[in-house]
Amino acid sequence: MATSSVSKGCFVFKPDFKKRKISVPIEDYFKNEKLESEDSKLRFETYHLLWQRMKSETEQLQEELNKNLFDSLIDFLQKSHSDFQKNSGNWGCQMKLREIPTAALILGVNVTDHDLIFRSLTETLQNNVTPYIVSLQAKDCPDVKHFLQKLTSQLMDCCVDGKSKEVKSVKTPKKTNYSMDSLSSWYMTVAQATGPKMTIKKRTTSSQWQFPPVVIILKNMESFSTKVLQDFIIISSQHRHEFPLILIFGIATSPVIIHRLLPHAVSSLLCIELFQSLSCKEHLAVILDQLLLTAQFPFKISKKALQVLTNIFLYHDFSIQNFIKGLKLSLLEHFYLQPLSVLCCDLPEAKKRIKFLSVNQCENIRRLPSFRRYVEKQASGKQVALLTNDTVLKEETQLLLEDLHVYHMNYFLVLRCLHNFTSCLPKYPLGRQIRELYCTCLENNVWDSEEYASALQLLRMLAKDELMSILQKCFEVLHSSTTKQLGSTTQKVKDFLTQFQNLDADSKEEEDACGSQSKGLQKTDLYHLQKSLLEMKELRRTTKKQTKFEMLRENVVNFMDNLVRSYLLPPESQPLHEVVYFSAAHTLREHLNAAPRIALHTALNNPYYYLKNEALKSEEGCIPNIAPDICIAYKLHLECSRLINLVDWSEAFATVVTAAEKDANSTISEEMNEIIHARFIRAVSELELLGFIKPTKQKTDHVARLTWGGC
Amino acid sequence: MAKLALELAKTSRKVPFDSKADPEIKKNVTQKSKGHSTSEKVQLENNNKTEFLSAPPRSLRKRIIVPTSHCDSESEYSASNSEDDKEVARDDEDDTEAVGLSQKSRVQSRVLPASVSKRTPLKKMKRDKASDLVEEYFEAHSSSKVLTSDRTLQKLKRAKLDQKTLRNLLSKVSPSFSAEIEQLNQQHEKLFHKWMLQLHLGFNIVLYGLGSKRDLLEKFRATMLEDSIHVVINGFFPGITVKSILNSITEDVLNHMGTFQSVLDQRDWIINKFKEDSSLELFLLIHNLDSQMLRGDNSQQILGQLSSLCNVHLLASIDHLHAPLMWDHAKQSLYNWLWYETTTYSPYTEETSYENSLLVKQSGSLPLSSLIHVLRSLTPNARGIFRLLIKFQLDNQDSPSYIGLSFQDFYQQCREAFLVNSDLTLRAQLTEFRDHKLIKTKKGTDGVEYLLIPVDSGTLADFLEKEEEEA
Repeated sequence: MATSSVSKGCFVFKPDFKKRKISVPIEDYFKNEKLESEDSKLRFETYHLLWQRMKSETEQLQEELNKNLFDSLIDFLQKSHSDFQKNSGNWGCQMKLREIPTAALILGVNVTDHDLIFRSLTETLQNNVTPYIVSLQAKDCPDVKHFLQKLTSQLMDCCVDGKSKEVKSVKTPKKTNYSMDSLSSWYMTVAQATGPKMTIKKRTTSSQWQFPPVVIILKNMESFSTKVLQDFIIISSQHRHEFPLILIFGIATSPVIIHRLLPHAVSSLLCIELFQSLSCKEHLAVILDQLLLTAQFPFKISKKALQVLTNIFLYHDFSIQNFIKGLKLSLLEHFYLQPLSVLCCDLPEAKKRIKFLSVNQCENIRRLPSFRRYVEKQASGKQVALLTNDTVLKEETQLLLEDLHVYHMNYFLVLRCLHNFTSCLPKYPLGRQIRELYCTCLENNVWDSEEYASALQLLRMLAKDELMSILQKCFEVLHSSTTKQLGSTTQKVKDFLTQFQNLDADSKEEEDACGSQSKGLQKTDLYHLQKSLLEMKELRRTTKKQTKFEMLRENVVNFMDNLVRSYLLPPESQPLHEVVYFSAAHTLREHLNAAPRIALHTALNNPYYYLKNEALKSEEGCIPNIAPDICIAYKLHLECSRLINLVDWSEAFATVVTAAEKDANSTISEEMNEIIHARFIRAVSELELLGFIKPTKQKTDHVARLTWGGC
Repeated sequence: MAKLALELAKTSRKVPFDSKADPEIKKNVTQKSKGHSTSEKVQLENNNKTEFLSAPPRSLRKRIIVPTSHCDSESEYSASNSEDDKEVARDDEDDTEAVGLSQKSRVQSRVLPASVSKRTPLKKMKRDKASDLVEEYFEAHSSSKVLTSDRTLQKLKRAKLDQKTLRNLLSKVSPSFSAEIEQLNQQHEKLFHKWMLQLHLGFNIVLYGLGSKRDLLEKFRATMLEDSIHVVINGFFPGITVKSILNSITEDVLNHMGTFQSVLDQRDWIINKFKEDSSLELFLLIHNLDSQMLRGDNSQQILGQLSSLCNVHLLASIDHLHAPLMWDHAKQSLYNWLWYETTTYSPYTEETSYENSLLVKQSGSLPLSSLIHVLRSLTPNARGIFRLLIKFQLDNQDSPSYIGLSFQDFYQQCREAFLVNSDLTLRAQLTEFRDHKLIKTKKGTDGVEYLLIPVDSGTLADFLEKEEEEA
């Protein structure tokens, strides 16, 4: 083979340049071999467009979410720097100047998302505060020398980016000499030379100083070594009066870490202010809200798939980026696997595409289970027409798609209303987050669930002001929708609201009546007292239903219940839902959250799972002796304790293997033995490669076992 | 020998894999023993021990080790254990009630003789309960002394084979289940198009599962990557480093002739280059990303950063059980993996061939061929010098105190053979050898330089033989 050699491990293959020009477009890889590749190109384009839209939407969302944080940060920077500016007259004597303004940015454990935040932070700061922004990572700074080196080179780069090249040629110091002194003198000259020029250049930015601050961002501060941080802070605080430094710490854990990393002597040189970023759970809620709980994007995710994605998020990494990656993968898989996903686009476009559907695609539609169910419900004449006539089918499909669209629009409105109702209940029977409610609703009829019943029961006990605020929120939700689908409902909610308001006046009178009705208890004996109390209780129970408020509340709850029953039908009940819903949750799990150890163990322990040979079929815990060598060796090694004697192991192996071949020839030749030994050697070295055993010096010809338990 | 054969014949019946009826027997054995009172259990244990004593050669098999402490502790805790066991046993009985009593009685008659030599029932019983796995672990690791037999491979006739004979022997074995394995491979090959698609869309792909994935990746390379620049990296190659990977990218792919201060510089340079030129596209195929040489944190970080570029596509395979532990969240997001399970069951021939495997003798064929190659490129005089050194070393191979040939003596000998005329020329030659790692120099206690060839004498003798044949 061309790629195996005893002298090198890298092999570069470069095709001829002329040949390379005819490269295959990506769409061609989109063909799914299993399905007839219907409209694969169109599908790929649709995927691409949709993904671009979703991506830009998420980016925009992230920007908006970060905006608050960034604004306060910028405020802090400007404020702390203006102190520096003000005091510039009497630098030396101001003790306070020794303190380096520091922003501690608490970003949460989802380290993977931090990069994105820092990138946009740098951008924002560059536009608003200062051109001198350096971001450092612990990996690049094992000691102070590297720290300063990195800092200097990045600073110079910032400077060069902004201004003409000539500055660079003059100002670059000798490579060997990195010190805070040289840095600050460099800064002074640069700032003096370019300060005024810059103010003219960048009129748009609000605040421009003659000495813009130098901002150093330490990504993931926990991973910096304590010594480097301490030294740097001490050194730079000495130069603070000529080098306006501002630090930003990125912190993943908790602010306590600052004091754990820095002793008091050092941390007293810092003037720290804390900034908390939005928690990743809220972040996720927003993303879900804007991407999935909306009719804006035609693509939807089934309950199982959504659960896989949220579980990865909640139990593995809290990473928004990974969640979005999962979303991208599900989108891709959907378009790849489902030929009808061609119709998974905006309604007008989909209607256009229906007209050009091929005969095969029409067949695909007819094959959809949901469509078949729909056809069965139709009159027999229409059934025949749908199944035989393509034009009828296309017209019907158009209508169905339209219905589906309307269904989704109503669905999400009602879902939000229901969430408003249930999210304030004690113990959250239907979940605190809307995604939990969404999952329940996706699965099956939500009104059949126990949780729903208990939620309704709790709703029937709500106080008036709570109910009114909920109704108000619902009204806002319904009102905000541009469509007129739920117009009457909006009106009805409004009516309820006014009725509640009117109730105030009515209730006064009622109370009076009530008060007159109840007479003070007269002096009686115990028996009568009990009796009269019972009577009163009875009375109260009957009268309770009659108060106007309670009737109204009952009405509201019933109204909500009706809404849910008519609009929150599970998507599986809708014809053509397969077109827009991605349901292959297992592929998501396989590709995003794989379990290599389990796969390895299964392959070794139960080869029948992969090699569908009847001879390999066996009962739990045992494998037949004709199984692949490595499986037998693995199985034998499982019986051993910490150390394994190679001789015994090989003998056991030989015994098993010869037993398998015995029936053929009863005598075992020497050559056979040799071969079996060779097979054993191979199996053992493979197990070593896989990391189950390792050689040990504890005893001659022994190996140590490295795994324990099932795997 | 005859005794051994007899032994084997006897044991072949005992091994659980050969008889179909075995599992149920075992199950019943455990059940039965569970029901037993502790005294019986201990007795059983003792039976076991005596059996082992009576058959010393067999006692080498591991389970026989049955540490004495093991059964001691067992009887100590039996009071509490037996209750649990009974419960479990009852559960088991519920399950197997349908199977019927007839089987049980049938088994019992068979079990009695068998049970003595069976795997220790205690052990099996423990495995029933998952929680006990933990205890099992600590049990095995608590006693510092592990009891295994003292047999060593030296006493066995076929102890170590060298790589070549191993290969020859294995080539005689017809692979089993080739049809099924072929089917598996075909399933994987169907994914090639999808892989290409996903690679292009910014994902990277990692393959896991039992069996060598080398052939699969080779096939992928041959069918899909004909027209694109790609680098194949054998992670299992013992000399592979990130530096060499980066070098082949800068030198061969990007045609850059300069040098870099550090690996990090080189990485940054590559990243910039790829960011600047979006028409560049590179596929990296890494066999065994989890190999000894690449699994370090720094290497993974650099490879991750490379693969996070949108025009670098990475397709890698991992085999080690704990491979995913290499990556923390940050690295995983750099790699942006999509996992694919590709169990192939193909032998790891290439991957294990470099390894200093436990049972494979260092044949020395590799040093021999490299010796020949290097020496061929040298002048006749240099060859003569080297031959002198070899001869001297072979003459002294038996003396344990031999530390090498001193430079002065060597110079004398070379002069006498008319190979050099000054010690400068000799030194020049020696530098050449040293560069090829053919010789080692060591300062003796007296401050004199001693020269040594770090190759074992068998290889050297072979080499001399070959040299003479050619001459």
